[in-house]
Amino acid sequence: MADTNFDIIVVGGGPGGYVAAIRAAQLKMKVALVEANHLGGICLNWGCIPTKALLRSSEIYHNMLHAKNYGLSADGIGFDLDAIVERSRKISKQLNNGVGHLLKKNKVTVFDGYGKLNGAGKLHVEKDGKTVADLTSKHIILATGARARILPGMEPDGQLIWYYKDALVPNVVPKRLLVIGSGAIGIEFASFFHTMGSQTTVVEMVDRVVPAEDAEISAFLQKSLVKDGMEILTSAGVKALKKGKDSVTATLEFGGKTETREFDRVIVAAGIVGNVENLGLEGTQVKVDRTHIVVNEWLETGEPGVYAIGDVAGAPWLAHKASHEGVLCVEKIAGTKGLHPINPDRIPGCTYCRPQIASVGLTEAQAKDRGLKVKIGRFPFQGNGKAIALGEPEGLIKVLFDDKTGELLGAHMIGAEVTELIQGYGIAMELETTEAELMHTVFAHPTLSEMMHESVLDAFGRAVHF
Amino acid sequence: MPIEILMPALSPTMTEGNLAKWNVSEGDKVVAGDVLCEIETDKATMEVEAVDEGVIGKILVPGGTEAVAVNAPIALLLEEGEDASALEGFSGSAAAAPAAAAAPAPAASAKPAPAAQAPAASAGARVFASPLARRIAADKGLDMAQVAGSGPHGRIVKRDVDQAKPGAKPATAAASVAAAPVLSVNDPVFANMPEFDVVPNSNMRKIIAKRLTASARDIPHFNLTVDVEIDKLLAIRKDINGRENAPYKISVNDFIVKACALALVHVPDCNVAYTDDAILRFKKVDIAIAVAIDGGLITPIVKDAASKGLAALSNEVKELAGKARDGKLKPEEFQGGTFTVSNLGMFGVKGFNSIINPPQGGILSVGAGEQRAVVKNGELAIATVVTLTLAVDHRCIDGATGAAFIKELKSLIEDPITMMV
Repeated sequence: MADTNFDIIVVGGGPGGYVAAIRAAQLKMKVALVEANHLGGICLNWGCIPTKALLRSSEIYHNMLHAKNYGLSADGIGFDLDAIVERSRKISKQLNNGVGHLLKKNKVTVFDGYGKLNGAGKLHVEKDGKTVADLTSKHIILATGARARILPGMEPDGQLIWYYKDALVPNVVPKRLLVIGSGAIGIEFASFFHTMGSQTTVVEMVDRVVPAEDAEISAFLQKSLVKDGMEILTSAGVKALKKGKDSVTATLEFGGKTETREFDRVIVAAGIVGNVENLGLEGTQVKVDRTHIVVNEWLETGEPGVYAIGDVAGAPWLAHKASHEGVLCVEKIAGTKGLHPINPDRIPGCTYCRPQIASVGLTEAQAKDRGLKVKIGRFPFQGNGKAIALGEPEGLIKVLFDDKTGELLGAHMIGAEVTELIQGYGIAMELETTEAELMHTVFAHPTLSEMMHESVLDAFGRAVHF
Repeated sequence: MPIEILMPALSPTMTEGNLAKWNVSEGDKVVAGDVLCEIETDKATMEVEAVDEGVIGKILVPGGTEAVAVNAPIALLLEEGEDASALEGFSGSAAAAPAAAAAPAPAASAKPAPAAQAPAASAGARVFASPLARRIAADKGLDMAQVAGSGPHGRIVKRDVDQAKPGAKPATAAASVAAAPVLSVNDPVFANMPEFDVVPNSNMRKIIAKRLTASARDIPHFNLTVDVEIDKLLAIRKDINGRENAPYKISVNDFIVKACALALVHVPDCNVAYTDDAILRFKKVDIAIAVAIDGGLITPIVKDAASKGLAALSNEVKELAGKARDGKLKPEEFQGGTFTVSNLGMFGVKGFNSIINPPQGGILSVGAGEQRAVVKNGELAIATVVTLTLAVDHRCIDGATGAAFIKELKSLIEDPITMMV
């Protein structure tokens, strides 16, 4: 009989769960991880990573199509969609295996099945109606993640109406594509298929795309996408989808009118819901609010000994937030000294549309809502030598400082490679630098990062190259 | 280039001090932590430690010099590989124009003098703090040496300075000097004691220790005790609380808080804080209420308590205490306060003395209400009595002023109807 008592049990093997398990193992705890589908979770198997693989293909394709701009010639440029998808799947598989090795190396016991709370300190694991194990532990961390919100009347059919999982393994590049929702997921798929040749329409309920970002970034992106030939309908809705044989008739509402349009495929990306079902939460003191488990700043639920991290514990729905929560939760359990709750104002976010978006901290509107007086700096890509040399003169870096203290409150970027730049500001924020240290920092030339310097200078009226 | 050792500022208000004596001589090799010299202010003498290692190249200000300006170079330290020739042309200018040390030019040298980098550091020890924390502290007039750092390795970060209050100035300077003899876990004194669990000090515990040590050591406390009869108060309380559907349940402590606030309005000279330059007499009475919470205590504040009705005050106290126990108080709900009330009556304590919560001028300790034998008109009688003990800061409140307050307080409590007028 295998050992069934553990110091910590983690339910869910995504970026929150597996990182929590490894951290617990590092702290010399005896750890079990319960995962029913795939180690690495959505992030690694059906989210962050495979979409980046697809988007890398579309980026190279885009560059090949524009080879002439760089003095290169290329004929017969085309693509093999199956090969693109296969590459993406292989990458997921490789990383999925990697997580398995990491868990093994750290001596985490992995149980293949669904975990369900079964009285205080007890977890029942089952799969296909059969009991896998009954485990006990003083500490159970729920890291069950989230799934796509299914819109009524627009259920996924794997054929015409796609959700992210379908869109990750397309059998066709639709000629006419409708994307519902312009958050990170919707806009990334729109970007991919549009680059691959789909005539793409994006419908967004609120008045701007990527609504979580700073309004100026939204406006910049919308302008850029429209210039690129994408159709963006904001303050718009999809009233109904009527499926035909190989196409969908969509009733769109926008600009005060209703219009019927034909599309070949529809991608629905209308948010997510937490996986809170079948966890045995009934009868416990775990509270669920709008599909998410309610936790305090230490990731503790209302039930002693039960914790929740990552997507299931609420926004922002980001893998790196889940991982960080996993580490914090485990260290708190272990009694590590000097811990602090995660500051939500210091969690960066990246969106891999073309142009890319990256941000950390407060938007201008959020800063105003908090009654903060801000100094704002901006710097456009067209003032940066490296951006021009790369043939990427389109983009903007915007920074917000507290007028009184010089605290870096937020940074918002759009343009080539900004997802790799944002961490500079992330570190600056965590170390609590003011504008003075950022100004004194020597930025290497020629780099895109020089724009980070310039936008800081601009906030204080000192930008050099613009 | 030699490193300039500068005259440190031992408190935010210090502009000059006396260089009492040097503990090293020119040519001595020093490492970080070595005591270089002793500095005297009007408040104390403290040791200045080396921050860098090197050889003392030249002593610019001899021991026994009085009124040396803060940030003036007092010695030059030669780094490894430098010899006395590095001092040429350097010492002269610096010594001749000590004011220049504060100017940006020398600070911009390849390796700026450490003291100039951390003017807030006491005893020359480097204070680790984020640039943002330093700036906010400077704005608030906080002495960084008084702030407990909660960042990695004790680094002072924004949340620490946001939570810190600008302490009473004299207390800060003195506190940084005469650090109390704190024991470490490994101290041999524990060797012959029974086995123990080590409960690490939380941030709250450290702050309580620091603030109350400074208060007990630096504030001249004195106590005034009175016994107060509360039978009338109890009768009124019973009446008010007995009303049908009353949306409140007023406690004896609520009455005492209210009476305390009113008494402070009537005797405003007790609603004060002491600073070096002036006594601050507050225009409103914000009562801080000591609430025991898991691992320590916190003092949520009823703002403008004198102007609040009993029901409003009572409900607010309940809400604040609840928030305090849940750890949900916002900083503005527990920072500030002009006077504190602490009640241990529920534990049956008859009377006790509290330590003042600086920069406040006073604190009232409330004991248990109990029936006692009293003499009335020459006859033995029974009355319900509470013992109140006032502790005040003698620097700003004298005996007669404190007595006037406690007399007023007693009369309000014993004749509670007067609280309504």
